[in-house]
Amino acid sequence: MAEFRLDGVSKRFGAVQALRDLTLHAADGEFVVLLGPTGAGKTTTLRLLAGLERADTGHVTIGGADVTSLSPAGRDVTFVFQQYSLYPHLTVRDNLAFPLRSPARRWDAARIDAKVREVAALLRIDDKLDNKATRLSGGQMQRVAIGRALVRAPQVALMDEPLSSLDAKLRGELRVELKRIQRELGTTILYVTHDQTEAMTLATRIGVLDQGRLVQVGTPRDIYERPASVYVATRLGSPAINLLPRALLPRLAAPEATATIGARTEHLRVRRAAGGAGIGRVRWIEHLGDANHLHLRVADGGDEHDLVILTDPGAGLVVGDAVEVDFVAPLFFGADGRRIEA
Amino acid sequence: MAEIRVEKLRKAFGDFVAVRDSTFTVADGEFVCLLGPSGCGKTTTLRMIAGLELPTGGRILLGGEDVTMQRASLRDIAFVFQLFALYPHLNVRANIAFPLQCQGVRGAELARRVEQAAATLRITHLLDARVSGLSSGDRQRVALGRAIVREPKAFLMDEPLGALDAEFRHLMCGELRALHDRLRATTVYVTHDQSEAMTMADRIAVMNLGTIEQLASPQEIYDRPATTFVAEFIGSPPMNLLPCAAGADGLRPGADRVRVGGVELAMPALAEGAAGPEFVLGVRPEHVELADDAPLRASVYGTEYLGTLQVVTLTLADGRTTLRARVRSELPVRAGDQVGLRLAPGRLSLFSRADGRALRSALHDGAAHG
Repeated sequence: MAEFRLDGVSKRFGAVQALRDLTLHAADGEFVVLLGPTGAGKTTTLRLLAGLERADTGHVTIGGADVTSLSPAGRDVTFVFQQYSLYPHLTVRDNLAFPLRSPARRWDAARIDAKVREVAALLRIDDKLDNKATRLSGGQMQRVAIGRALVRAPQVALMDEPLSSLDAKLRGELRVELKRIQRELGTTILYVTHDQTEAMTLATRIGVLDQGRLVQVGTPRDIYERPASVYVATRLGSPAINLLPRALLPRLAAPEATATIGARTEHLRVRRAAGGAGIGRVRWIEHLGDANHLHLRVADGGDEHDLVILTDPGAGLVVGDAVEVDFVAPLFFGADGRRIEA
Repeated sequence: MAEIRVEKLRKAFGDFVAVRDSTFTVADGEFVCLLGPSGCGKTTTLRMIAGLELPTGGRILLGGEDVTMQRASLRDIAFVFQLFALYPHLNVRANIAFPLQCQGVRGAELARRVEQAAATLRITHLLDARVSGLSSGDRQRVALGRAIVREPKAFLMDEPLGALDAEFRHLMCGELRALHDRLRATTVYVTHDQSEAMTMADRIAVMNLGTIEQLASPQEIYDRPATTFVAEFIGSPPMNLLPCAAGADGLRPGADRVRVGGVELAMPALAEGAAGPEFVLGVRPEHVELADDAPLRASVYGTEYLGTLQVVTLTLADGRTTLRARVRSELPVRAGDQVGLRLAPGRLSLFSRADGRALRSALHDGAAHG
């Protein structure tokens, strides 16, 4: 377990600049999640740290040692892929023991067995140790793959969307498990995903990538409450943050340079417009059970904007109602997309 | 447009009964979702309504007319599949026009109706494009165009958004519902995704093992699930189900207490009695409150930050029962913390342990929210 550091790393594949001058530092025992859409540079960052790619410029250090030009085998890291890559002909026990039997390690059988048992207990698969890997369910297989990555206590564990091939229920369960295991082992993890829920729930810190650039690094709460830009604001929150042009809301107090006003769905209060037209009309009420999403259509001259507001199921509004909206803690963005402090 | 009526519909494949005596009515202009896990019989039910499968028993009425044994082509129904079945060599206009041409519609009438369908779906700008170059969302819009252009009596949709990614699926849910609000066509929509059903349907039929466990509005199903299966299938995270106990002689009408882990908890007064001693108490994550002074004790297993809210996974003192609470993120909670739990007494469901059926109680009287 160790800290790692990427300093000014760039990587180009032909005409595509995959990473631009990326600097990221993770403390020992941190769970860092890189979030971004396909092509943002997440997996490239992971592969650079693993040694599967060589950086064009910049340095990679793990535990204080410069590993920039070391091969993957020379770096003490493990990798978990989206598809569980287990040895199908081996039992769960042998799959877990495999990395420990490496001749470089010189562990005796008793020590390997003890370690396998310890990790299996942690993963709650101790009753499955003698099963063939292929006899496990998808969730159990991915648990074993994660276990195999953690069993040899690497300096850094690298994970590339390890939960995305599982169904929603299992994904939810394994999220909680993975966080618990990481906490108990104190492993440093760099984890890559395009799923904002995974990023928010797993990370000590999130790094948001946009076209090869790291645009913000911070705790989930930082990123959610104090996004650096419109881009970051739209990466977290489901449904996405509402963005309206400043000109549409002349009465709202905002800093001078504000071009766009952002409001998360839970930061809007809606009430029936008294007599007048209000800001817009209810277009659709989406039932979530514990709450509703009220979809408003807001007219702005020729343009139309949609506004989504989280409301109580008992709010008593119906489709077609004209409503007024109050803003609680809105965010302000300048013409360049950067957030402006209120 | 027309009402769809299904009476004692049954389908067996050899020894396997896919649909067991289903009876329900979809009103004219209504949007009903058949929701359930794979193998629950939802697609089989839809295919029987379409005429793609013949029932083993029962009747299907479309606009009052018995169509049970009628061929699919004679039923005035449009079917939209998960995989957009488009003709790759034809352009968008020709794809949408095709079903009308089959009906003998020609000339100006044909052009007018194709234009109208395209305008409804906002794909007029794509009419002369090849379908092979379209995005998956636009392909699905063209497939819908082909369904609506015929102005059929009903639409049947089998997971039409299943192949799309999550973000886009949500957008298309909004579009489909908006389309329904414009056309008011009777629609039966099959999905295994509870959030799709909650989002779009006027009413949801939750299916399990060939049986409809509950048919009601999304809010009703969420607030008052009829069975433990429905309770666990709806909501994200789903309803917590806690083993609980009453006296050895069970519960009488009017009873309003049960014990969870030895702690007595208030619940809505029962309208019916039930044999005990064991029951299942259902509580939604948003109705679990962390309160230091509450006698029901739990330890925090993990927390998940979700922005304004967080989901806290808890383990009761027995070490086996886990449940989830949805609380505000400002609340400081850490794994390992010992906490007390208060369950909103007016919002609890009590289920029979033997068959999972919800017991009628004060929860079922009056308005859902108060």
